[in-house]
Amino acid sequence: MAMTMHQRARLSRGIQYAVLILVALALIALADWPLLIDKVFNPEIAAQQFPGILVVALKNTLIYTLLGFVVGLTGGVVLALMKLSSVAPYRWLATLYIEFFRGVPALLVFLAFGYGIPLAFGFRFNHYVTVMIALGLVAAAYIAESLRAGLQAVPKGQYEAARSLGMSHARAMVTIVIPQALRIVLPPLTNEVILLTKDSSLVYLLGMGVGQYELTKYGREAISGAGAGLTPLVVAGVCYLIITVPLGILTRRFESKTDRMKKS
Amino acid sequence: MSTASSPTPRSGPGGADGLADAASVVVEGLHKSYGSLEVLKGISLSVGAGQVVCLIGPSGSGKSTLLRCVNLLETPQQGRITIGDFEVTDPEADVDRMRRHVGMVFQQFNLFPHLSVLENCTVAQLKVLKRDKAEAQRIARGNLERVGLAEKADSYPDQLSGGQQQRVAIARALSMDPALMLFDEPTSALDPETVGDVLAIMRNLAAEGMTMLVVTHEMEFARDVADKVVFMDGGVVVEEGPAAELIRHPREPRTQAFLSRVLNPTQVQAPER
Ligand SMILES: Nc1ncnc2c1ncn2[C@@H]1O[C@H](COP(=O)(O)OP(=O)(O)OP(=O)(O)O)[C@@H](O)[C@H]1O
Ligand SMILES: [Mg+2]
Repeated sequence: MAMTMHQRARLSRGIQYAVLILVALALIALADWPLLIDKVFNPEIAAQQFPGILVVALKNTLIYTLLGFVVGLTGGVVLALMKLSSVAPYRWLATLYIEFFRGVPALLVFLAFGYGIPLAFGFRFNHYVTVMIALGLVAAAYIAESLRAGLQAVPKGQYEAARSLGMSHARAMVTIVIPQALRIVLPPLTNEVILLTKDSSLVYLLGMGVGQYELTKYGREAISGAGAGLTPLVVAGVCYLIITVPLGILTRRFESKTDRMKKS
Repeated sequence: MSTASSPTPRSGPGGADGLADAASVVVEGLHKSYGSLEVLKGISLSVGAGQVVCLIGPSGSGKSTLLRCVNLLETPQQGRITIGDFEVTDPEADVDRMRRHVGMVFQQFNLFPHLSVLENCTVAQLKVLKRDKAEAQRIARGNLERVGLAEKADSYPDQLSGGQQQRVAIARALSMDPALMLFDEPTSALDPETVGDVLAIMRNLAAEGMTMLVVTHEMEFARDVADKVVFMDGGVVVEEGPAAELIRHPREPRTQAFLSRVLNPTQVQAPER
């Protein structure tokens, strides 16, 4: 029996809705809801997480992220300038660095600085310095690429118009090119902060005192308590979202602004 | 107000550079290559002070390259360029100083999108000429009025039509009190209905005695405004002469072929006629 495309599309959509409704009904009927709520989000256990999860864990997550970002941005600027340098060895070194740190897991970098170097050289960085270096080295590679792309995305005509008004190279870069590049770079840079926020959970691997716990470690320790269930992890997850969701919205806001700017 | 249309007296060391209010341009034996591609093969050309010269020629003939050599956006390999008494091609020349007095208008406008219309017209006055803010804004507003866009001072470039953007670009260049204006196909990227506004401003400028070197395909403009038309092809000047004469009675076959294509574009599309 022949069906038109339209009929077939309708049938397919109908089946998808039917499956969805059946699964939902089955879940509602079969699941042990009181047990699930008790294990996954028990309000009492959730309340016990406060204020520690905010004043210790969330605070530390923010500190680790910020430390990583400062090192990442500084390193990223240097690497981006190296990558655009007219001196070839600078470009090669920057490329090597960027490809290396974008290509290996951040976990490996944390292990190297947290355990590898202390074991090999009998020398241990301060906890915060370890985090700063490990997070920053990886972030620098990603940030460098965003910055380079941003600088190159500013049309050549902008630089030429600035120079033809009598501006020096440095003046044209500072007044005309870099401000535009920064706007182009803002969305990927905000995105990098989101990635860093999540990557700061790798601090979990390092030995540390309770006062240095960040969200993931804090949640992990709390689920060991009797009858805690999953609730502490859920609360920790919500704390991450409190940081990352607004940043995501900000990124999209920047993106639509940059699109507008590029059209002219 | 009369100050809007009268040229603002030049402040600063313009005269000391040998760049008078309206400077002449002399190009002699100019060569420019990109790698093995020779784009300009010995160009000589002159524009008298206060004159308008239109450069015409087919695509790829080197018109833009020539214009960009005049303010050294491109570096020629050989030849001499002088603007007024200022030798542009002198290796010791202070290029930034020369460019302050040479306005350039691009086909793609190249307004600064992160700055308002007023800021576009003041940024170089402030950062390059070191004028104070009030004076720079007064000069910028005067020039925006001159191009009929005084009310757009606080808009951003992306809020303007192409024709309006190009008029702002002209006001931006004029705000530096140029001794010479270079135009590279200023109306080629515009909608037909906005071309007239830009050309009208250029006509006024010419009437006020601005030295202008204009790459254009607007033959009517060239005929009415230019003192001289220069036809370029393949990196050389094929023919030059008084505008009306060259456009009406071109001597060289290549000029004739080009002009008949530009003046009667339908013939190309409908060869059976
Ligand atoms: N930066 C560059 N590198 C290499 N080749 C170039 C460069 N700029 C221009 N050219 C070449 O030089 C030749 C002349 O270019 P130019 O832009 O001066 O021509 P034009 O007469 O302005 O043409 P149009 O009318 O299309 O604007 C062309 O063949 C072009 O491909
Ligand atoms: Mg051109």
